[in-house]
Amino acid sequence: MNSNVNIVEINSLNDNQLIELSKKNTLSLSLVEMKEVQKYFKAAKRNPTDVELETVAQTWSEHCKHKTLTGNIEYAEETSKGKKVKKYSNLLKETIFKATVELNKKWCISVFKDNAGVIDFDSKNGVAFKVETHNHPSALEPYGGSATGIGGVIRDILGVGLGAKPLANTDVFCFGLPDTKYSEVPEGMHHPKRIAKGVVSGVRDYGNRMGIPTVNGAVFFDKGYMANPLVYCGTMGIIPKNKAFKEVKSGDLVLVVGGRTGRDGIHGATFSSVELDKESDVSAVQIGNPIVEKKVLDTMLKARDLNLYRAVTDCGAGGLSSAVGELGEKTGVEVQLEKVPLKYKGLKPWEIWISEAQERMVFAVQPKNKHKILKLFKQENVEATFIGKFTNDNKLTLTYNGKKVADMSMEFLHDGVPKPTRPAVWKETKQLKQKPVKASAKVLADDMKKVLSDINVCSRDWIIRQYDHEVQGQTVVKPLLGNSIHNFGPSDAAVIWPYTVVKNTKKAVVLSNGLNPEYGKIDTYKMTTSAIEESVRNAVCVGANPEMLSVLDNFCWGNPNKPEILGSLVRAAQACYDMSKGFEIPFISGKDSLYNEYTIDGRTYSIPPALLISAMGVIEDVDKTITMNFKSAGNYIYLVGLTKNELGGSVYAKIKGLKGIVPDVDIKVSRKLMKAMYDAISSGFVEACHDCSEGGFAAAVSEMAFAGELGAKINADLIKTDFQMTLTEKLFSESNTRFIVEIMPENKEKFEKTLKGFVFAQIGTTESEQSLVIESKKSKISIKTKIKDLQKSWQRQLLG
Amino acid sequence: MKKIKAIIIRTAGTNCDYELKSAFEMCGAEAERIHINELIANKNKILSYDILAVPGGFSYGDDIASGKILSNEIKNKLGDNVKKFALSGKPIIGICNGFQILAKMGLLPKPEKFEQISTLSYNDSNKFECRWVYLKTEKKQGDTKCIWTKEIPDVISLPVAHGEGKFIADEKVLKEIEEKSQVVFRYCDKDGSKTQYPEDPNGSMNAIAGICNDKGNVFGLMPHPERYVYALQHPAREGYDGVYGWGKQIFQNAIDFLK
Repeated sequence: MNSNVNIVEINSLNDNQLIELSKKNTLSLSLVEMKEVQKYFKAAKRNPTDVELETVAQTWSEHCKHKTLTGNIEYAEETSKGKKVKKYSNLLKETIFKATVELNKKWCISVFKDNAGVIDFDSKNGVAFKVETHNHPSALEPYGGSATGIGGVIRDILGVGLGAKPLANTDVFCFGLPDTKYSEVPEGMHHPKRIAKGVVSGVRDYGNRMGIPTVNGAVFFDKGYMANPLVYCGTMGIIPKNKAFKEVKSGDLVLVVGGRTGRDGIHGATFSSVELDKESDVSAVQIGNPIVEKKVLDTMLKARDLNLYRAVTDCGAGGLSSAVGELGEKTGVEVQLEKVPLKYKGLKPWEIWISEAQERMVFAVQPKNKHKILKLFKQENVEATFIGKFTNDNKLTLTYNGKKVADMSMEFLHDGVPKPTRPAVWKETKQLKQKPVKASAKVLADDMKKVLSDINVCSRDWIIRQYDHEVQGQTVVKPLLGNSIHNFGPSDAAVIWPYTVVKNTKKAVVLSNGLNPEYGKIDTYKMTTSAIEESVRNAVCVGANPEMLSVLDNFCWGNPNKPEILGSLVRAAQACYDMSKGFEIPFISGKDSLYNEYTIDGRTYSIPPALLISAMGVIEDVDKTITMNFKSAGNYIYLVGLTKNELGGSVYAKIKGLKGIVPDVDIKVSRKLMKAMYDAISSGFVEACHDCSEGGFAAAVSEMAFAGELGAKINADLIKTDFQMTLTEKLFSESNTRFIVEIMPENKEKFEKTLKGFVFAQIGTTESEQSLVIESKKSKISIKTKIKDLQKSWQRQLLG
Repeated sequence: MKKIKAIIIRTAGTNCDYELKSAFEMCGAEAERIHINELIANKNKILSYDILAVPGGFSYGDDIASGKILSNEIKNKLGDNVKKFALSGKPIIGICNGFQILAKMGLLPKPEKFEQISTLSYNDSNKFECRWVYLKTEKKQGDTKCIWTKEIPDVISLPVAHGEGKFIADEKVLKEIEEKSQVVFRYCDKDGSKTQYPEDPNGSMNAIAGICNDKGNVFGLMPHPERYVYALQHPAREGYDGVYGWGKQIFQNAIDFLK
């Protein structure tokens, strides 16, 4: 073998020594896994090279393999109804994916198998959507971590099928509280404000330079994310249906295109599969250069349309080892590592093979196109290099300057990871209704402003305006909406009308999301049902058809080796199944990020579990989409849906230190109501529609008013509730399945007819006087607040 | 009649080329996105077009300063023909990064001189700003000098999206372009009156959002007319003829001018 390559003594090691080796080299392999590796090499009668051992670690990492969600789980549940035990041999397949298979939607083109999920757009095109997490890197190096997060998910879209053209980005963050005292920040960590600002700048600089609008997102602040921020980045793209699949054949050549390989991002996949501590190595974070990626985007779509390659995938976690390994899984592959272009000299073969240097794509090219494809890339100064070929021996063979440095079976690499069984438990905690909450008009007016200026409700314009959310000219429902340029409110969803790609199309793509970790602190099942419903509700608000929606899951959880943490994950996965089946909305892709923990002085802090649901759907007629701001005075205001006494996990409860019941979803009612709302909006009966979520009715109606520069008069006694509720509860309860709707008087009859059989009430009117008046004769309360004051509360300083 | 041909110059980091192509096409022109390498390899190719457009984006990452590298590349390698194009009176437009490039190579405000005498620098807010703004169309006796802005209402709205959009020139240059009515658009309030941040997104001298040369055929602006060719693209969905946005009229003007 080669002097650049070390043989790692593994065959003679005992259990403790195996664990030691795994830790020392950031392999993140468990003892059982290390023993499996030992077994393989004992049978081969030799020790592995460092290249081989590293390849196994990358391929088997939680990040690449999702061992928890696809592993064996023994789940035990303890509720008031008794004890229940359930065994899963693959949680993902038996919940989320199972729903998709059972729903069997014809418009799903490619789900859960490629770099992104793909659904029908029209007869010729599909749309692809993927959301990734980049949590660990963003904790250590916020700017670089988030920039490479967005860069990475864009490459997922470039690497789906034969490559899709990115149309929009989304980003969702969970941060610690920006006003945290410096003395409370754990050693070795950045202050939450610094993390937040760095992450926003990273997404801004990468996303803007890529020319992809960042159109939808959310930010959630909670002290539980101080040491472990969450950074979700998503990209949606469009792809001709006849380019939606890839195939590698023996004899095809391996082409690496784009950025050069350096020492950045070594061990990214494995380090993100363990918890962080103050020793976590910042060199695991990659260094991004968006212009290199933009050049790859421009040229590869040209090569795609000329049919110059047969398959493509991106170099993400695990670098070439993952990308080339995946493409060659069914054939076998030989790579000459010395051919890989390097940023600088001195990289060892194993470093070349697993480096997560950015902006690289790997292609499978038929030998006949060898020269054509090189020429095409060269014309636009894009580096492209052949580094090997796909074989038919089902083996991974790596050489360095002619000497073999790795020789392993693909089967062992891809299917050899042992499947341990993990215990999971969940014990029901009782949620009790809080005592009736009453307050005077003055206090309520004050509380409304407090809710609007709460860090989890207030305006995100400081972030949104740093992103070019209009580039490509296709963002027709924007993240900030209003009747004029001076006034704006938060949009429920974004709508992209891809008229520059698909000529004369009237179709559009809706993107929305749902996330509420506050509910998960009490019950992850309800957090999940609420998040899914919120994402659907948000899309319906702008005019999307709920029957044409698909969703993505992104689980960010703590250490799954702890039974109660895994139990809460199982509950959430089960809720995904129930919602997906009940709503007939398929999951098309997903991702999990586990081990979101931080250890300080031997104490481990786990994040509050967070499930992000991202929804994508196709809108038939973009002209029928609507926005959330009130349109004109003298219109009727309706509250559609039932308001329940559900203050649990609400913003109001957080401010006031209250407990209570977490919002539930009645799947059957909700599904039908969503459809009825879609019918009303697509028939043109609705002027404006806004979702009631964080902050409840009070926040939502305020936003509609100040975004539209109009007042409103509300009779709160007319709000439909399940039991008797105080005015305070009506204003701030965060019950799901509710919409505030503005209707022109002439559409009253038609609108009410469309919603016949559902709970709704005409509760007020829009007014030219710019005040929000909320009255309750029953409670003898009348609250009058100037729209300008509400707007001022909402537009408080966020991070600036 | 022969179709009018527009060229959209692109390079690494060009972003707004597809929507710009669509804008020209919906006005009846033929538009091609051509990489700078191709134009350098074939130096006379650029002269075969009727309209020249430099789109927005982050050419070469805006390293050094926004638009600086591409402006040098065009000037050093295609300078003679670009100057010829401008002096021939054929329409040229530079939008956002394109405006930065035209100003930095000196094609604006004085293509005859072809030397940099103005620039676009960091926004006063010191950050990237993406928002819709109001623009006052500068008119003398009811008409504009710039061939790109005929029939444009006194106040229109367009989106801006830039970090370096603050127009700066020395007093003499500023005085000259004002005297010669070369200011095309100014940031303003809803009714056309003076405004401040955030409606003026960058703190430009004299609130300048766009300028043209003395002849009126070369036009550079920070706002994006190509993002407002349909009423649907406006935040309140306003426009003309029920369907179109005022940005379309800007591209229509160049094509009508050539007819």
